[in-house]
Amino acid sequence: MDLSTVIFYIIVLILLGISFFKDRKKTIEALLKAWKSFIVLLPPFLTIIFLLGFMVVFIPEKTIALYIGEKSGFLGFLISSIVGAITLIPGFVAFPMAKMLLENGAGIAQMAVFISTLMMVGIITAPLEASFFGWKATMGRNLMAYFFSFVVGYVVWMVVRI
Amino acid sequence: MKKLSWKSFRGLYIIGIISVLVYFWLPQEGLRIYRVVFDNILFMLGIIPPVFILVGLFDVWIPREKVTRHLGDRSGLKGTGISIALGALAAGPLYAAFPIAEVMLRKGTSLRNIFIFIGAWSTMKIPMLLFEIQSLGPRFAISRYAMSFLGVFLIAFFLDKLLVDDEKKNIIEKFQ
Repeated sequence: MDLSTVIFYIIVLILLGISFFKDRKKTIEALLKAWKSFIVLLPPFLTIIFLLGFMVVFIPEKTIALYIGEKSGFLGFLISSIVGAITLIPGFVAFPMAKMLLENGAGIAQMAVFISTLMMVGIITAPLEASFFGWKATMGRNLMAYFFSFVVGYVVWMVVRI
Repeated sequence: MKKLSWKSFRGLYIIGIISVLVYFWLPQEGLRIYRVVFDNILFMLGIIPPVFILVGLFDVWIPREKVTRHLGDRSGLKGTGISIALGALAAGPLYAAFPIAEVMLRKGTSLRNIFIFIGAWSTMKIPMLLFEIQSLGPRFAISRYAMSFLGVFLIAFFLDKLLVDDEKKNIIEKFQ
């Protein structure tokens, strides 16, 4: 376990302690909620971990690097951003996934674009969004978020490279 | 909240069976798949519990109704700050934010604050940031987070400009 994980554990345990000290019932309720959201996420989560296993074993590093690697250029951005904009992958799965792809040849900027579009752009949920805010606002938000994700990718790449 | 049933495991059954077939057909590749799966489950179990505990604590200690009161048209910087905090402290996928945005709008939150809230919810969640730092390293996570912060503001600002008054009225009226 690395240092940031240890620090994170300590912070959460302190918060949990404060919560327990202030209100026992609420703390138990919080733990139950934590357990529930974990359990609900578990099946899709394990499925994607298996999928990733298949990818890593059957898609050679070279292929990953070719399509979404550091030197994949515009095509790499395009692929990552489209996959990110369409799919609904929770962050708990997306981050380890990006980590694994990075270890197997994916580029940093491409992964930042992927994560950014994954979070901010929702093509599948657009009809739902439009039912609340109308199509103009929905299209406006999603399009702006899509293009902004490229800026995010570029800046993250610059920062990580320093 | 979604219920857990056999259906939730459908994808897992299918891919689990495929992996067994792969193991019998190509034992070496099969074993490598299992090793990757095993390593990742271990990695997850190491870092996921505190993330979920944090989500639970936020959920219990920060009641949403209390905050929605301070988000109106004249709430200024404070309203913006609260909108960001509400989104950043939330748990759940983006589509869970829309019904909450509806409640906020109905209670008088300005449209710009709604867009900021939606933006913060989509990309600025604190438990997620901590998890991202653990997975992808502080440089990646923090620079992405800072850029998202900027993006959320820009998008809300331009969205507010993009919509003419009539369109805004239409959106708000739907919720009255």
